[in-house]
Amino acid sequence: MNKLLLTTAALALSASFAMAETTRLGTEGAYPPYNFINDSGEVDGFERELGDELCKRAKLTCEWVTNDWDSIIPNLVSGNYDVIIAGMSITDERDEVIDFTQNYTQPDPSGYLAASADVDIKNGVIAAQTGTIQASFVASTGATLVEFATPEETIAAVRNGEADAVLADKAYLGPVADEDDGLVLLEQEELIGGGVGLGIRESDGELKATLDAAIQSMKDDGSLNAMIEKWEIGVKF
Amino acid sequence: MFSYCTDPNALSGLTWLSCYLTTGKHMAFYFSFGTVLLLLAITAPVALLFGFFGASAARSHILPLRWFGKTYIALVRGVPDIAFFLFFVIALDQMIEWTRHKILCPEWTEPVRQGNDFVVCQAAKMPLGSAPQWVHETYGFTLAVFTFAIVFGAFAANVMFGAMRAVPRAQMETAEAYGMTRRQAFRRILVPQMWVYALPGLGNLWMVLIKATPLLFLLGVEDIVYWAREMGGSKTSKFTEYPHGDWRMWYFFALLVFYLCFTRISEIFLERVMKRLTKGQATTGGEAQRKAPA
Repeated sequence: MNKLLLTTAALALSASFAMAETTRLGTEGAYPPYNFINDSGEVDGFERELGDELCKRAKLTCEWVTNDWDSIIPNLVSGNYDVIIAGMSITDERDEVIDFTQNYTQPDPSGYLAASADVDIKNGVIAAQTGTIQASFVASTGATLVEFATPEETIAAVRNGEADAVLADKAYLGPVADEDDGLVLLEQEELIGGGVGLGIRESDGELKATLDAAIQSMKDDGSLNAMIEKWEIGVKF
Repeated sequence: MFSYCTDPNALSGLTWLSCYLTTGKHMAFYFSFGTVLLLLAITAPVALLFGFFGASAARSHILPLRWFGKTYIALVRGVPDIAFFLFFVIALDQMIEWTRHKILCPEWTEPVRQGNDFVVCQAAKMPLGSAPQWVHETYGFTLAVFTFAIVFGAFAANVMFGAMRAVPRAQMETAEAYGMTRRQAFRRILVPQMWVYALPGLGNLWMVLIKATPLLFLLGVEDIVYWAREMGGSKTSKFTEYPHGDWRMWYFFALLVFYLCFTRISEIFLERVMKRLTKGQATTGGEAQRKAPA
């Protein structure tokens, strides 16, 4: 009996050693409300809360890492972190390089933020962040695309007149428009993207399955909807 | 930080500013100045060492060593810094992990390269997946120092290569006449005298190195430029206690002042070193010093 107890204890111990493996979550930290750096210098936002909850449900120990948007996929692929959680929409183009979990936000229409309501979107100059679905959308229309490395710079481009409007997720543009009288959200919206998902290495099928299950459980018990509502991300599930 | 900072919205003027400038985020910003200074403090001597050995190799009488030195100088000097930083660091990191993988996980049968992915066993990860965040940061920082040292070492090697040639031939001949071996002449005559010729070039490099530190963020180290950009960006009241507009100008202005002060101090320091090194040298500077007291 004693021996049996000892063996189970040893087994439990070795199991917990295996659990000590840290999953590193990579984010941009510059795209509120999805992810941003709060006053105390930590990653905060919808995805911070979501990621922490997912890790809890999947019984993973997680660590947050910030990385430039430009190199966020290459750094995942080379193994600097294990998950991209950075408001990244699921697209076929990205899916060729990495894998996505199921989406944790609904496909959300992107909005235009401009200095005045009568801006010519069709032929004007539109700012977007490099490597986003919005950037490739603008490139496919007749408008002139100007790209910037960070979301912040796209807004600054509209403020200083370099661009007529900026195309981005409405959840990001909303709070900006609320506090700046000089900027308005246009009525026109573009339905692009297939919702936001977690980006995972293609070889990491196990992690993908674990996180998929965790997202599903959050969808099922409504806790994901509560978070979406709290951070005003958009349409609920 | 201060006790009156609990409700920043009620504050104004200097009290607000004092609270704003002492948030955890700002502390990280101030801390990153230390990171940059530490990087410079470590990189400069290491790069100098690389440069010295590069230059010695390039003028060696052993052919393969000479090839090695010359290739190092030509190759690294020719590749753009930014390409070097993006490519070399990832390659170096993968090489380390690949080697550890081969040694630590011989039973592993799956290929390391799976499509786009670079997959090694958990034990070969560098640093280990279970390591705390500071280990990852230190590792990144070390890679940064090493990369900076290689890049700037190549430039330093070229400068010193030239400086070694600039030492008057007569000095070396005299050494030979005294019966010194090549090695002795190198150590006793050439090296002490070359610094005066190398210093202007090395001083330049130091200045360039100071200004090249923002490349750190490419390597995942959060440096002062990253924080200035992050904190200067406009903040809406929804996501921060301290909303403000686009303040990047002020943050970058602070960086400008920092860099100018730092380079000015460096200039003064380098001038002093130059004065010391010139003493008793067969250069116009040395000659002027010799005549001055008379």
